[in-house]
Amino acid sequence: MIDTVDQAARTPEVEQPYLELGLKTEEYERIREILGRRPTSSELAMYSVMWSEHCSYKSSKVHLRQFGEKAPPSDALLVGIGENAGVVDIGDGWAVTFKVESHNHPSYVEPYQGAATGVGGIVRDILSMGARPLAVMDPLRFGPADAADTKRVLPGVIAGVGGYGNCLGLPNIGGEVVFDESYAGNPLVNALCVGAMRHEDIHLASAKGVGNLVVLYGARTGGDGIGGVSVLASETFDDEGPAKRPSVQVGDPFMEKLLIEATLEVLHAGLVEGIQDLGGAGISCATSELASNGDGGMHVWLDRVLLRDPTLSPEEILMSESQERMCAIVRPDKIDDFLSHCRKWDVEAVVIGEVNDSGRLTIDWHGERIADAPPRTVAHEGPVYERPFHRPPWQDALQANEATTIDRPGPKEFLNTLLELLASANLADKSWVTDQYDRYVRGNTVLSQPEDSGMIRVDEETGRGVAIATDCNGRFAKLDPYAGAQLALAESYRNVCVTGAVPLAVTNCLNFGSPEDPEVMWQFAEAVRGLADACAALGIPVTGGNVSFYNQTGDTAILPTPVVGVLGVIDDVDRRTPMSWGPDGELIYLLGDTRDEFSGSEWAHIRGHLGGHPPSLDLEREKVLGEILVAASRDGMITAAHDVSDGGFAIAVVEMALRSRVGARLWLPDDVDPFVQLFAESAGRAVVVIPRSEELRFTEMCAARGVPAFRVGVVDSGLGADTGHADGSQVLQFGEFFTVSLDRLRDANSATLPALFS
Amino acid sequence: MSARIGVVTFPGSLDEADAARAVTIAGGEAVSLWHGDDDVKNVDAVLLPGGFSYGDYLRCGAIARFAPVMDTIIDAAHRGMPVFGICNGFQILCETHLLPGALTRNDHLHFVCRDQKLRIENTASAWTRDFTPGQEIVIPLKNGEGGYVADEDTLDRLEGDGRVIARYLDVNPNGSRRDIAGITNERGNVVGLMPHPEHAVESLTGPSTDGLIFFASALSSLMAGAGQ
Repeated sequence: MIDTVDQAARTPEVEQPYLELGLKTEEYERIREILGRRPTSSELAMYSVMWSEHCSYKSSKVHLRQFGEKAPPSDALLVGIGENAGVVDIGDGWAVTFKVESHNHPSYVEPYQGAATGVGGIVRDILSMGARPLAVMDPLRFGPADAADTKRVLPGVIAGVGGYGNCLGLPNIGGEVVFDESYAGNPLVNALCVGAMRHEDIHLASAKGVGNLVVLYGARTGGDGIGGVSVLASETFDDEGPAKRPSVQVGDPFMEKLLIEATLEVLHAGLVEGIQDLGGAGISCATSELASNGDGGMHVWLDRVLLRDPTLSPEEILMSESQERMCAIVRPDKIDDFLSHCRKWDVEAVVIGEVNDSGRLTIDWHGERIADAPPRTVAHEGPVYERPFHRPPWQDALQANEATTIDRPGPKEFLNTLLELLASANLADKSWVTDQYDRYVRGNTVLSQPEDSGMIRVDEETGRGVAIATDCNGRFAKLDPYAGAQLALAESYRNVCVTGAVPLAVTNCLNFGSPEDPEVMWQFAEAVRGLADACAALGIPVTGGNVSFYNQTGDTAILPTPVVGVLGVIDDVDRRTPMSWGPDGELIYLLGDTRDEFSGSEWAHIRGHLGGHPPSLDLEREKVLGEILVAASRDGMITAAHDVSDGGFAIAVVEMALRSRVGARLWLPDDVDPFVQLFAESAGRAVVVIPRSEELRFTEMCAARGVPAFRVGVVDSGLGADTGHADGSQVLQFGEFFTVSLDRLRDANSATLPALFS
Repeated sequence: MSARIGVVTFPGSLDEADAARAVTIAGGEAVSLWHGDDDVKNVDAVLLPGGFSYGDYLRCGAIARFAPVMDTIIDAAHRGMPVFGICNGFQILCETHLLPGALTRNDHLHFVCRDQKLRIENTASAWTRDFTPGQEIVIPLKNGEGGYVADEDTLDRLEGDGRVIARYLDVNPNGSRRDIAGITNERGNVVGLMPHPEHAVESLTGPSTDGLIFFASALSSLMAGAGQ
């Protein structure tokens, strides 16, 4: 029995399962007020998904406003926050769009499909701006590497990311794999996509032009991805209907590939007035957002939707999150052309509605009106909460417990400490993961993991390209969420700069526990405030992002994890700075100050310690360091550069040596504690490698800009025999403290992940 | 006039832009061919690129093999036209029986992407004639189903006839029998290769430029054919 608008008006007393759908009583009352009657079951379905935390940002909105209010002026910003993804100008008529989103909970329930559809969803966001998706990256976080459940979750997530992205033909150019106890019951699967288009190809999600047609195309709509609605279906509306549905979507990357090609064809042929992808909240979201961003009205014949399962109820169709679907607004005189492009790519398409200026979103089901609501109230005027928050009472004690309280190794133990760090899951070689991703497809990957940023050539003629990095140390954010978010931005910013690219824009994926916990809410509020302030200081705007709440097991939240992605532009990818150094005799410099900062570091982590204050941060210094790295790349002053962060200077130079397969002599300054010099995680530092002919010019530039530059080593492939190793073998010499062969370092670094997961 | 090399797009093809770029850098003219057309636009040679044609559903290459364009290509191959199948293209060529054997799931069951060392074993085929015998090269490999299998008689015959064109060195990345990375037909005009030479044509984006030699070989064999 279909619940119609007329019936809803006649039967105000009918009890509705709004609580089961996640709506609060006041929210349900507000819907009744908006409509002047009780909602139909279809309307209730739509409001419940669109007013969910996931779609409405009801707990985060009041804080996220700072990203707009504090945003620095930027000439590059073409499309800002609020659209499917922000768009920035990278020059030469090119526009680039990028965004990171979470797919945490689905990936815990069903790791392969959860991760796969995370990739699929973010790719459609980029596509819906009119851009060709160019590359993906996946910041991932898991419980302890040796935990039994990590063995269940991690291989499935990696296979899902690879299985979808590889089949879609997008190179995976970077990301993160981080392990921490707090993610044991709640892994984080974030997915980033970057795409490019010509300026004139930018498209927005709006339904304009009375009489224009609403086309749903791509995969058929099925019963997958329906969460709350299973309650509707099984308990209230239709006992004959399908039983409980899996709430995790199932991906078909082959269909997504066809959808990309068909979409780009119709966009370039000028056949599309507005476009929107279908992701969370499916048709409810696409129709209400398109209508409210356009002329304000839309009529939909819901029974026209092509179905995988003919028994689906209208409520389920409205809420289904079946993957690989898009919605386009097409002029009637162009519809035949549009449909023929879809046929060429074997993509099914059907006109499901029409744009009007009624100010209402009306939906019919076999001739009966099942929804009639103002679309803005569905899409944009959901509830907004000022959640209470307060600084946790334990924060002071946590910060008082500095890492200086841990016993430090003596000089004789430095080598063992280095090997232990290299073999630790967080610093271990991630090839076991990244070798399951295609990094070559499309032939424009200039840098990919383990480089500091992924870099993609956008224009094959001019060599113009983009670099992207994502970072977050959740331990820093736990110790101080304000500073932790800023440190995440600073590291990501630095990682873009070391490759020679100029940072332009920021995206973020804010992964936190429950917003209903005032202590978590404080972490969130502090992180947003910190990130917005730091973006203003560095002069780059946030162009979009995603909030993921409720990441916790029982009452225990994950480490606050504001993953920050920075996108930079490079005018010619040919001049990118890699992390592997050049020939013998090149000089190794450490830029920036090293302080006794170990709280929240990898070294403290492997000692089981978490407390104290995160490293200090000087954003002005970060900015200048970035300018130096870009200028040095542009003027050919450096051959290699690498960010110094997790594990400190020692890890940074080992990573460079392993990448280059060439050894080096390093010396440690007399006036610094060698343990601090080797392993501290002070911010604002990078290792650069300079040909001798450029040394003076480079150091003068650093001196003029006030950035300390320390000559700490020289590339040397001939150390083997002199240091008691096999003649010709490559060796790193750390001053008078120890020498070690690259083979031994590589063995320590590369054995960990295969031993755990192969 | 430069040789025209057709690059086929099937639904789910992924590396066709890379293949076309490789042809262009090698000095040829890349011509797009569509799976649904039986016309191959008078090309001189054909490339079947990598990817997941038809999503690899049913079996890799099994559906693409029945595309209208393949009937024309199979006929042309029988008449001696150079045809090169890379990765999914190799799988399609096995499905058409232009090449013997099959590609199966990697023995370790994971997709693998790595810079792979190969030894060129046959420098007589249309796509390898510009290599030196025994030349060692490094090009990307990326596949989930790249394990080459055939019965022992077929493997012996391939070895005996010198039809193994490239073999994996250092690491066998997918469990291929006898480390076989690529083979050719009896006539030497049809070649299938699991690794991806089209991703090794620019030092900026590839581990080497060794891949270019496959495409240059086709151009020089076409030139030699035209001169006869």
